[in-house]
Amino acid sequence: MDKLVSDLIEILGQERVLFEPEHLAVYGFDGTAAVSGEATCVAFPQTTEEVARIVTYAARRKLPVVTRGSGTGLSGGSIPQAGSIVLCLSKMNRVLELDPRNLTVLVEPGVTTITVAELADSAGLLYPPDPGSMKISTIGGNVAENSGGLRGLKYGITRDYVMGLEVVMASGEVIWLGNKCVKDVAGYSMKDVFVGSEGTLGIITKVLLKLVPKPETKKTLLATFARMDAAAETVSAIIAEKIIPCTLEFLDKITIRCVEEFAHIGLPLDAEAILLMETDGHPAVVAEEAAKMEEVARRCGATNVQIAQTAEEAVKLASARRSAFSALARVAPTTILEDATVPRSELAKMVNFIQEVAARYDLRVGTFGHMGDGNLHPTFLTDERNTEEMHRVEKAMKEIFDFAVALGGTITGEHGVGLAKKSFLPGAIGNASLNLIRQLKKTLDPDAILNPGKIFDPAP
Amino acid sequence: MSHTCTSCSPKLASPSASAASSEKVIAGIGRAAPQGRAAKPFYLKELDYSVVQQCMHCGMCLPTCPTYDATKLERNSPRGRIALMRRIADGNLDVTEAFANEMYFCLGCLACETACPAGVKYSQLFEYARAEVEHSNVLANPKRDVIRQLTLKTLFTNPNLLRFVGRLLWIYQATGLQSLVRDLGLTRLLPKKLREMEPLTPTVNDSFSDALIEPVETPASRSFPKPRYRVGLLTGCVQDLIYSDVNRDTADVLLANGCEVVTPRAQYCCGSLHAHNGELEAAREMARRTIDSFDLDRLDAVITNAAGCGSHLKTYGHLLHDDEAYAERAAQWDRKIKDIHQWLAEIGIVPPKPGIEPLKVTYHEACHLCHGQKITQQPRQVLKAIPGLELVELPESTWCCGSAGIYNITQPEMSQQLLQRKLEQIDKTGAPVVASANPGCLVQIVSGIRNSGREVEALHPVSLLARAYREAAGRS
Repeated sequence: MDKLVSDLIEILGQERVLFEPEHLAVYGFDGTAAVSGEATCVAFPQTTEEVARIVTYAARRKLPVVTRGSGTGLSGGSIPQAGSIVLCLSKMNRVLELDPRNLTVLVEPGVTTITVAELADSAGLLYPPDPGSMKISTIGGNVAENSGGLRGLKYGITRDYVMGLEVVMASGEVIWLGNKCVKDVAGYSMKDVFVGSEGTLGIITKVLLKLVPKPETKKTLLATFARMDAAAETVSAIIAEKIIPCTLEFLDKITIRCVEEFAHIGLPLDAEAILLMETDGHPAVVAEEAAKMEEVARRCGATNVQIAQTAEEAVKLASARRSAFSALARVAPTTILEDATVPRSELAKMVNFIQEVAARYDLRVGTFGHMGDGNLHPTFLTDERNTEEMHRVEKAMKEIFDFAVALGGTITGEHGVGLAKKSFLPGAIGNASLNLIRQLKKTLDPDAILNPGKIFDPAP
Repeated sequence: MSHTCTSCSPKLASPSASAASSEKVIAGIGRAAPQGRAAKPFYLKELDYSVVQQCMHCGMCLPTCPTYDATKLERNSPRGRIALMRRIADGNLDVTEAFANEMYFCLGCLACETACPAGVKYSQLFEYARAEVEHSNVLANPKRDVIRQLTLKTLFTNPNLLRFVGRLLWIYQATGLQSLVRDLGLTRLLPKKLREMEPLTPTVNDSFSDALIEPVETPASRSFPKPRYRVGLLTGCVQDLIYSDVNRDTADVLLANGCEVVTPRAQYCCGSLHAHNGELEAAREMARRTIDSFDLDRLDAVITNAAGCGSHLKTYGHLLHDDEAYAERAAQWDRKIKDIHQWLAEIGIVPPKPGIEPLKVTYHEACHLCHGQKITQQPRQVLKAIPGLELVELPESTWCCGSAGIYNITQPEMSQQLLQRKLEQIDKTGAPVVASANPGCLVQIVSGIRNSGREVEALHPVSLLARAYREAAGRS
C-alpha cells in the first residue's frame, strides 16, 4: 500500500479512503468530454477539521489536492492528476442552519443544490441559482465554479448569493470570510476571490447563502421561430423594451429534436429555434410582461407563441431544457460543450457566426443556451476517436472564442476554465490579468498544491 | 442519428435450433463465447462500441440510483459502472472480482435509464456486463456453481421440474410443517444464508395456472356474442407457483373485456432470470421456446402480467436478431407482446358496475414496468376504473423496493434497507392496500408487511379489477 494511502487511513479510517483501481477509475472524470486522469487515492472527509488535517499533511509533502463534489463539472475542474489526493466532499452534506429572520442558510459544501432549493421553497423563499445539474450538483462545486443557471438574467448567479465562506487554506489554516450583514466593507471582499476559484485557492468547507422571497406567481411562454436570428432578435428586443424576464432560454433545431426524443413534451420539431421565456413576480406585473413578450416575439417573426397552462407544464418545459446538453449525446458519442458568452446586443451576430464556422469546418453543432444572458452553449457533436474531426473541432472552437472576445464577450459564462479552456484564457483576459491571477495564486498557495494546472499553467 | 444500430450484439455462434431439438441446445448453454479465451473479456468488447460510448458521464443518473443514494460512491452509480465496463471494453481493466461484485450490487432497476437524457441503454450494458462476469469465472466457486447449475440451468429451464418442486414446497407449507419447523426453531440448523432467506419464502398456491385456466376460454356470449380480440396469456414460472390466482384474475379481466384467452400448458420461464444473471445463451434458448409456445399468427396480442418478465419479453427481437430461424418471429413477437395494463388501456377498459365498497389503494411502480417498459399511467387507469377506489399516490413510487429479481437473496442487506424505505412510504399514505404489478415486488412487500406486523394487503392491480367484476356479477 502506498504510504500516502496508509497515512490518510490513519486520519480518516479505512472506510473513507479509496485506492483500489475500480474506485480510482471512476473518480478520474467529471461531466466534461474527453478529459480524464487518475489520482493515488480518494478521501472522504466529514468535518472541516479532517479537511484541514489532510491539507496540512499534503502541504508538508507538497502533494496535489483536487477537490470534488458530485463530479458534474463541465470544464474538467475536478479531473485529478497523477499522484494527487482527490478530496471528495460529498459526505459533508449537512444543512447547518436556516435563518428565516435574516433570509440565509448555512450549509456544508456537499449539500446538493436541489436540497437548498427545496429547503428555501419550504420556508416560502427562493434560492435562485439553478444550474442544469442542480438535482445532483453540490453547493461547494457551484461556489467553486460560480455556476449560473436558467434564472441568471433576472436573479444573477451563485456569486450573488454567497454571503460567507469557511475556507481551509493551502497551509491547512481555517478561515471564515463574510457574515450575515447585507452591507460589509471591512477590508477586501475576500470571499469573492474564492467564488469561482475552481479549487485552486482554498477548500470551501461551509457556505452561507442568501435567500430571497419566493415570487408570487410566474408565467411560462414558448415561442417558435422559423429562423435562428429571429429568436436572437426577439431576445435583444425584449431587453430593449426594458423587460427583465427571469428566463430566456434558446434551443436550436437539433437540440429541440434530442430534447423531445427524451422528454416527450410536444416541442415543435419543425421549428428552427424556440425560446422558453418566463416572467415571475407580482401577478399584475407578470401578466403585463407576458403579454408584452408575446407581442415582441410575434413582431420579431415568431410563428407561434404558446403559454403554459399549468405549473406542471411549466416545470416540464424547464426540466426538458435542463436536459438539453445530455440529450444532445443522442446524436453523437462525444459532445464538446462550449460556453461562449457575448453582450446581449451581439447575440444575432454570434449565432450566425457559429452556424457559419460549423459549415466551414464541416462539423455538426447543436446550440442552446441562456440567451437572455448572452450565454450560448454551442455543442460540437463528434467522436473523440476520430482524431481528424477532433482537430477540426479545436480549430472551430478557437474561432468561436476569438469572435466572442472580439464582440466584447468571454470564453466561459458559467462552466469555468478548468482544463478544457485553459489554453484560451490568455487570449481572453490578456497577459496583465493573467499575471495578477498568478500572483494571487502564489500568495495563497505558494507550493501550488491546490488543484494545480487548472485555469492556467504556472508561470514559465 | 448515428446510432441506428445501438442494439447490435456480439455475433455469437448461437445455436438456432427449434424447440424440438432444444435438449441438445441446452447442453451448450453458456458456451457460445469462444473457447480457450475464458478469462479474456468477450461480451463487452464485442458489444457495439456506441452503446458503451453513449454515456457522456453528465451525472444526471446519480440522484435516481438507489445504490448511489445509499453509499454516495461513484462506483455504485450507473455512470461509474458504465465507466468500468468501458475500461474493460477498451482493454484497460481486467474483469476483477471487485468489478464482478459491483455488477451484482447493481439492482438492475433501470431508474437510470428513465433519467438519462442521452438515451444510454443501461439494461443492455448490464446484461452484457453480467454475462462478462460469468464468462470470466472470477466469482466461480463450487457452491455458487452448484446453485447456479441447479437453479438457472436446471430448475428454471424445466417447467415440470419447477412445478414439482413448487408442489413439494406447498405440501411443506400446507401441512403445517413450515410453521412447526419455525416454531421449534429448527431453521437454526440451516446454513446462515439459507436461514436469512427462510422468512422470505413465499407461500405457494395450492393450484397452478394450468389447473385454474382452461387452454382456451371464451368471453360470456351474452356480453360478447363474438370476442373482440384473441390473446395469448403468459403464466410465468415464479408467478405460476406463487400467484397463479393472479393469472386466473388476469384471464377473468381479459374475458370481461371481450378477449378470448389462449393459455398454453406448462409454459417455460421467459429467460429474464438468465439474461439478468449473465446467462445470455440460456436466455436466447428460453426465448425460442416461449415463442414456440404461441401461434402468433392467430393472436392479436400476447399478454404478460409480471413486470419483470414483460420488460424482458419485449427484448426478444433484439435477443434473437442474429438467429436466422427466429429473427422474424421474434420481431413479430415484439409487436404483439403487451403488458396487461398497457393492453387494457389500448382496447379501453369495460368499467365494473358501481356499488362496491370504497377502498383506499396506493400504487408501487415495479421498476421493470415504469423504467423497463415506461408504463406508468396505464396501471393507474386500471385502478381508477374500479368504482369506489381512491388512488392515493405513493411518495417515491418509482423507487426500487429491493426485490430486484433475486437481489433480495444475493444482497440481503441493501435489499432490506430499500424494503424498509418502501414500507415507510406506504405507511405515509395510510392506504390499507398497496397494488403492484410484479410477483417479485409483491413477495418482497408481503414479506416486509408480515415481518413487521403491519396490516396492509399487497395485491396486483388486475386482482383488484377482477374482484370488482366478480362482486358486480355476484350482485346482479
